[in-house]
Amino acid sequence: MKVIGKPRRRVDGWAKVTGRTRFADDIVLPRMLHMKLLRSPLPHAEIEAIDVSRAEKLAGVQLVLTGKDFPVTFGIMPVSQDEYPLASDRVRFVGDPVAAVIARDEQTCTEALDLIEVKYRPLKTIATPEEALATTEPRIHEYGPHGNIHRLQAHEFGDVEEALGSSDYVFEDVFFYEGNTHLAIEQQAAVAALEDAGGLVLYSSTQNPHYLHRELARVLQMPASRIRVVATPNGGGFGGRCDPANHEMVVAKAALALGRPVKICLSREEVFYVHRGRHPVLMKFRTGVTKDGRLTGIHLQTLLDGGAYGSHGAASTFYTGVLTPTTYELPRFKFEACRTFTNKPPCGPKRGHGTPQPRFGQEVQLDKIAEKLGLDPAEMRLRIAVKPNSLTANWLRIGSAGLAECIRQVVERSGWKEKFRKLPEGRGVGLACSAYMCGAGLPIYWNKMPHSGVQLLADRSGQVTALCGATEIGQGSDDVLAAMVAEVLGIGAEDVRVLTGDTGLTPVDLGSYSSRVTVMMGNAAIQAAEALKARIAEAASEQFQVAPNRLEFANGRVFLAADASKGMAFREAIELAEAKFGTLGSVGSYRPPDPPGRYKGAGAGPSPAYSYTACVVEVEVDRATGWIAVPKIWIAHDIGRVINPVLARGQVVGSVYMGLAEALMEEQVFRRLPPKLSNALVHKFPSLLEYKSPTSLDMPEVETVFVEDPDPNCPFGAKEVGQGPLLPVPPALANAIYDAVGVRIDELPITPDKVLRALEKKAKGEEPRVGPEHFPAVPYPEPVVVPPPWEGGDGNAVKGAGPKVKVPA
Amino acid sequence: MSQGVMVRRNVHIDLRVNGETQEASFAPYKTLLEVLREDLGLTGTKHGCELGECGACAVLVDGEPQLSCLVLAVECEGRSIETVEGMAKGAELHPLQAAFADLGAAQCGYCTPGILMTAKALLEREPSPTRDRIREAISGNLCRCTGYQQIYEAVEEAARRMKESA
Repeated sequence: MKVIGKPRRRVDGWAKVTGRTRFADDIVLPRMLHMKLLRSPLPHAEIEAIDVSRAEKLAGVQLVLTGKDFPVTFGIMPVSQDEYPLASDRVRFVGDPVAAVIARDEQTCTEALDLIEVKYRPLKTIATPEEALATTEPRIHEYGPHGNIHRLQAHEFGDVEEALGSSDYVFEDVFFYEGNTHLAIEQQAAVAALEDAGGLVLYSSTQNPHYLHRELARVLQMPASRIRVVATPNGGGFGGRCDPANHEMVVAKAALALGRPVKICLSREEVFYVHRGRHPVLMKFRTGVTKDGRLTGIHLQTLLDGGAYGSHGAASTFYTGVLTPTTYELPRFKFEACRTFTNKPPCGPKRGHGTPQPRFGQEVQLDKIAEKLGLDPAEMRLRIAVKPNSLTANWLRIGSAGLAECIRQVVERSGWKEKFRKLPEGRGVGLACSAYMCGAGLPIYWNKMPHSGVQLLADRSGQVTALCGATEIGQGSDDVLAAMVAEVLGIGAEDVRVLTGDTGLTPVDLGSYSSRVTVMMGNAAIQAAEALKARIAEAASEQFQVAPNRLEFANGRVFLAADASKGMAFREAIELAEAKFGTLGSVGSYRPPDPPGRYKGAGAGPSPAYSYTACVVEVEVDRATGWIAVPKIWIAHDIGRVINPVLARGQVVGSVYMGLAEALMEEQVFRRLPPKLSNALVHKFPSLLEYKSPTSLDMPEVETVFVEDPDPNCPFGAKEVGQGPLLPVPPALANAIYDAVGVRIDELPITPDKVLRALEKKAKGEEPRVGPEHFPAVPYPEPVVVPPPWEGGDGNAVKGAGPKVKVPA
Repeated sequence: MSQGVMVRRNVHIDLRVNGETQEASFAPYKTLLEVLREDLGLTGTKHGCELGECGACAVLVDGEPQLSCLVLAVECEGRSIETVEGMAKGAELHPLQAAFADLGAAQCGYCTPGILMTAKALLEREPSPTRDRIREAISGNLCRCTGYQQIYEAVEEAARRMKESA
């Protein structure tokens, strides 16, 4: 291969290093106005009255919008369209938007916001999942099973109690993973304007222009064909721009009302309120094992703090369990989950979407199991690693699986055998593994259309243009698109012009989420490029009087495979094809294979392929201060095949960074103001300074290894790399701390005060552990019972099946 | 509150940006960041907080990295301002830009202009910095994508290329 696998400057690299990349807030249009939102200062209240009359009279103000201008709700998931662009009768968290001012400049907007008077009637605030479970009234939303429960679900694959009963040991552990936020450095911005003949165009830093397009049509009650969404390159995504956002709806409405361009750029504080980040999850694992360390069954219960709206929560809830069986052989599995509403910014998808939390619990518990059984945790995992081309207990189809090789690589490179339980007191190593999906098998709304489409144009100038709805969020999707097309056509990646993320011009791609772009867009791109190549080959082959399949495309030439001296430039071949066939173009599309599971709920978890990762973290723990230093991390990732090693390595190291950040310091947390100051539940630190994230001084050296085990479902065998490598980092860190100082910190983040507390307990002879003590009683429903494949099942439920429901992925 | 910001008369000064002197007229409370982006059309300089926390808006003022969100533009009269737009010579990238593009130091590219300017100031002062010096120099620039490793490698590579061509 000429392009795939070779280190290259990314196709959008020049624009990024020259400051030419046009992010949403860099867009300036003639006669453009500015917009700002008024947000609720109360976490839960009824809106009794809004008076905007003084704001409307301020010089420079063009328009003030409130909830009455937006009668239609929206939401990313069809099952929870529970958000209004502007709240009309109820606010549900500090930061819920209630009004918008559109004026000549931001300064005037800010002044006008101060002139809006809102009369609120405060309601009881629900701060935690425990409070949500205990509070039937008031309800934050009028939907959901009951009280303040948003989602409840239960699945059982084989009789887990029986499996645990016949195990040599049963381990029971409760873990907690704190919420945290994406913290992309770009603050979200959007510019709306009218195009020719009154259609709407919205430029926005969105990861999912297609879903935004649909929701805009719904909220604005306009035909989608009259709306164009252009996803500007995102200044970091990480899942934070997957939801359609209030400001996008409101700015669009304002532009339509005024007939002039309108821009909004959120402040950093507002970005913390828009959130949609990592759910805080409490989880309980009951795991049965044999004395040689084989798993017999897992009963997993999770409780999610969803915040004030549904967001992706229906999917997030599933993801706190469904990928648990994808890493190790697990004969039986029971999974119960509950998502609650609380009066906090809504949680949603962040890198790894719902899976880092149970992965943390599972991998720390495996470390405890290995310790108890006297097994090396790497050896134990090698023995139980999931096999390629297999089915899991919950009916997920595993294709290629390079986990064992990943473990061997990090064990070898880290010097694991010389270090584990052998380093001096205060130093230690820990190991953990993970798996992640390469794209959700089902779209967010049920349909049978392609998940990704690519269109190619080529003409006599020799230029090839690739159009796709995929969104460049920094991960390199534009580069992947160019590389796929270039490899097939035998030209350079830089010879392919890419145009992406524009619903008015590009074929639909569902968006940059669930690590789906390389696999889905890549497969569509290859199909399109092969179709174009076939036409060019047919025309060119006539010159040489050979069959088209005797031609080769490489190095910008088309030539005889048998005799490279007989050939022509790629551009000349296109001329021949254009003469023979007329205007040249081709399309390709991709839809994932149907999943084998057919039970209610089987839609969450299936993927065309799964990536695998293993990680070793080394730590030094200061026993006097509890301070944790991380000198080095080794990580091996089964990527299937590397497209561009420069970018792939960047995704891995960036994932390690973000995983370490969540493990050591990041937390989106809240506090109550004193009763005399309204008792409101407010964000502890909605600023970049106080929300602690690692700087260059905190980041250790990372040694990255790629394991290339090409997957037949994937383009050139390439699997995902953007999310999976985050997953093993937090548990590997926790396991390393245990190796270093013999204490278990069963909750994230692992801060020095928790380490000190655990060391004090250890010194007093108490259990050397800090973490949640109890898992509350949750009213989980009767499970949907599905026999696993090896117990005679056919993928259908045998009990509790309920009506056939399409579950969004 | 509204009374405090009623003074709207623009100031009118000359600013020297990337070697060009430009007349600019703007409200006196505007930061250098705002004037660069909104009045001079130099949108290469980014913002992530407008409170001096993220480093995305770093530019060079008289050769020193400054957070342009914390500097009033009126303070910059007669001083030399450098932004990312001034780094390349025509179509030829500055060695730092080329190394950043080649070695994966820019992922989403949003923090990149601020880090490039910070690194440029470092290399002008120390042509062969150690990795620890690079880490220290960019510790005020937050990057959420790269984990910083490829940024260090790019600065080191640029330093090598600059020494070779010197």
